Amino acid sequence: MINYIWAFLVAVSVITGILTGNIDSVTSAAFEGANSAVTTVLSFAGAVVMWCGMLKIAEKSGLTRAFTAVIRPITGILFPKLDKNSPAISAISMNMIANILGLANAATPLGLKAMTELEKLNSKKGTASDEMCMFVVLNTASIQIIPSTLIAIRASLGSQNPAEIIVPVWITSIITAFCACAVTRLYSCSDGRRL
Amino acid sequence: MTKISALCVPAMIFLIVVYALYKKVNVYEAFIEGAMDGVKTVFSIFAPILAILVAINMFKKSGAMDMLTALITPFARLISFPTEMVPFALLRPISGSGSLALATDIFKTYGTDSFVGRAVSTLMGSTETTFYTLSVYFGAVKIHNMRHSVKCALIADIVGIFVSVAVCRLVFKC
Repeated sequence: MINYIWAFLVAVSVITGILTGNIDSVTSAAFEGANSAVTTVLSFAGAVVMWCGMLKIAEKSGLTRAFTAVIRPITGILFPKLDKNSPAISAISMNMIANILGLANAATPLGLKAMTELEKLNSKKGTASDEMCMFVVLNTASIQIIPSTLIAIRASLGSQNPAEIIVPVWITSIITAFCACAVTRLYSCSDGRRL
Repeated sequence: MTKISALCVPAMIFLIVVYALYKKVNVYEAFIEGAMDGVKTVFSIFAPILAILVAINMFKKSGAMDMLTALITPFARLISFPTEMVPFALLRPISGSGSLALATDIFKTYGTDSFVGRAVSTLMGSTETTFYTLSVYFGAVKIHNMRHSVKCALIADIVGIFVSVAVCRLVFKC
């Protein structure tokens, strides 16, 4: 599906550019995008490498096992096929905890580590496993206790009560995440059949 | 509140390192071993990130994004969805920096405490940049067939758009 979405975005952009006489800015936009990829990757490359190092230390000391146990009730429901002592489940747990605490610069590196561990268990290389789909969909639905960046922006733009959106954010996050997990599970179970 | 979040990361690092020392782990060696894996990960996510950023940027700058917004706005009005929010709702799953800029713009124009301001805040706080997340996570392990995950993530985004407006109407009574 991402195949078609990507091709659609590129093709429609070029056609629109030609029709509106905007084609020069489409060309420069392509290269701008490419350049921003370099800055984006460089901007968090250090964090990814650092957190992977930290996670390795935590793994060797057994600390990740403690974290894993804390959210076992949730991960047990979401990833029933994973062994509770596997490195995959501990990386997933660490990622979820970092997400909930709003540590975005730690959550992504830990999430990538989890994907690497899930890939080791994947029998069909190049194709996402059920666990991968569930994990990635969960990460596209953000769940955090305190959306600190958002509150900071609201405060800087003169909000009377910058934190008033916390409860609506919680309610929306929970509903969205629940739907995300439910739909993903449905698709996993009905594999091969049309839904 | 911000002080607590600021302490979270250093506290976590301290806990990891000191606990490992107490458990007699060779901390430095373990760190380097893990970091080496991290370097590999960084290399493998570069191409997917580039692919997504090029396509999104082209789509925005070509004017196609504005056309799509214009096309959807009448439908939004029909179901009394705040029309000022349509461009933001469309941009949110595809561009992190773009939607942040648009949110700032909406806050400045309508005010952070207006209904649109609150609804945009709620949507921003409860969703992620879906396409970016998909390409980074799957790119890291060279997965090309993402199966149902794209569809499911987008369904969740659509649910999020409507729920954020509905929840704001209920909570702020307007």
